[in-house]
Amino acid sequence: MSDRRDFLRQAVLSAMGVLLVGCDRISDSGTGPRILESAEGLTRRAQGLVSPASRLAKEFSVSDISPVFKANGTTMPTTEHYLALMRDGFRNYRLKVDGLVRRPGAWSFDELRTLGERTQITRHDCVEGWSAIGQWTGTPLAALLAAVEPTTSAKYVVFHCFDQWDDEVFYYESLDLKEARHPQTILAYSLNGETLPVGNGAPLRLRVERQLGYKHAKYIERIELVESFENIGDGNGGYWEDNGYEWYAGI
Amino acid sequence: MEMPITQRVYRHRWPVRVLHWVNVICLTVLIGSGLQIFNAHPNLSWGQTNTDEGTWLAMGASRGADNAPRGATTLLGHTFQTDGVLGASAVNGHHVQRGFPAWATIPGPTWLAMGRRWHFFFAWVFVINGLLYLAWSIGSGHFQKDLLPTRRDWRGFGQSIWDHLRLRHPHGDEALRYNILQRLAYLGVIAVLCGIALMGMAMSPRLDAAFPWLVDWVGGRQSARSIHFLLACAVVAFVAVHLFEVLVSGVVNQVRSMITGYYTVKMKEPHE
Repeated sequence: MSDRRDFLRQAVLSAMGVLLVGCDRISDSGTGPRILESAEGLTRRAQGLVSPASRLAKEFSVSDISPVFKANGTTMPTTEHYLALMRDGFRNYRLKVDGLVRRPGAWSFDELRTLGERTQITRHDCVEGWSAIGQWTGTPLAALLAAVEPTTSAKYVVFHCFDQWDDEVFYYESLDLKEARHPQTILAYSLNGETLPVGNGAPLRLRVERQLGYKHAKYIERIELVESFENIGDGNGGYWEDNGYEWYAGI
Repeated sequence: MEMPITQRVYRHRWPVRVLHWVNVICLTVLIGSGLQIFNAHPNLSWGQTNTDEGTWLAMGASRGADNAPRGATTLLGHTFQTDGVLGASAVNGHHVQRGFPAWATIPGPTWLAMGRRWHFFFAWVFVINGLLYLAWSIGSGHFQKDLLPTRRDWRGFGQSIWDHLRLRHPHGDEALRYNILQRLAYLGVIAVLCGIALMGMAMSPRLDAAFPWLVDWVGGRQSARSIHFLLACAVVAFVAVHLFEVLVSGVVNQVRSMITGYYTVKMKEPHE
């Protein structure tokens, strides 16, 4: 009987070991992750069906605001260009917009404000699992896009950022035009009624409320409209996407 | 001594067998990859956001004089030394800070992006498998006939608990139908698995936009994360009891019946 029990215990432990080693092998292979990644398209389409593109994320009240809004990822870009702008209180900052647009240009804060303003109190959900609520004020991206007039071939909005990762790669992110034109997709310059702090992405950061935190690019230097993001970075549409995370971060 | 009369009976129909084993694979991967995701933020909180007051579970590590992490777990305000398992454990020979140990997570080393890939792929398989199970069970009458307790089942409630405690297992015709505790356990685990799926969806920001009442109903997104975790613990407890019962009630016969469908039953108890 005890032989049988030992055998069973050994069998269960070996099965677990084989399973875990097997999962790690699959994770490191080429085909395995591609099969696992096929779920992303299914998730995006299914969520699009049950949660229409125009649906707003829940907005909260002032009393719900988190006492501290955690600054995650880069909290202080190090390029000389950024530091020079920061020392000056970002007075000389201009948001460059180019790529597949009829009216490329550079926008000052005053010019952005003429496009309208939106304030929203929303919950920020980090891919790590934590959440925080903050009040954001900024320029609706839809208004900026209307002003720069994307050409008919433009499909994605790419956000190029000031902050560098791994000492060389610049952070970037991308959205499709539908998500970019969502009413709650804003370029925020204010958090909780104050000028946006450096730790949270000054001078300008993206808010795209129905996706996880890494989509909300901080330290935006330039916005580019493209037909495809294949030739940017490693071609997956963002810094974290190039490191294995989903481009569609609605889950 | 009289020899027992045994009979081979077709007990589990093929949909139950196939869906059962698919479910085994799904739950194994979902729990392993779920713990990998948990490790990215090894704290659980009540409410919409993370607050010190709302936190009920936290895994972390302090550093001793040798600068090596000493894992500890704080549950409901009480801190336990859990070094080596929770809070800090070995990964490829290095003692590092992490929530659950590498032997429990998929992938083993810290790799959130890949953990998410595993989790969401198998979440789809699990949900489709579960819906097929519910549709077949109700359509074929399995659910109504084998799982919903009858009045007779309820009358045997006390006796069934007493039999289970003494590890006495039914023979003859009684072995061919689910007893009251089995019925309640299976119904319970179905409800728990539905709850896990719902709480998983409640954590999705895109789905929150469509169904904000779901996350509000449980008190916030971090509450949903806590409940998702607690229900997964309940599933692990169910599996432990389930495996124990399989082991003590004739493991070969039980496992074979879930593979081939045929179960051998003693029609008469041998005299002792």
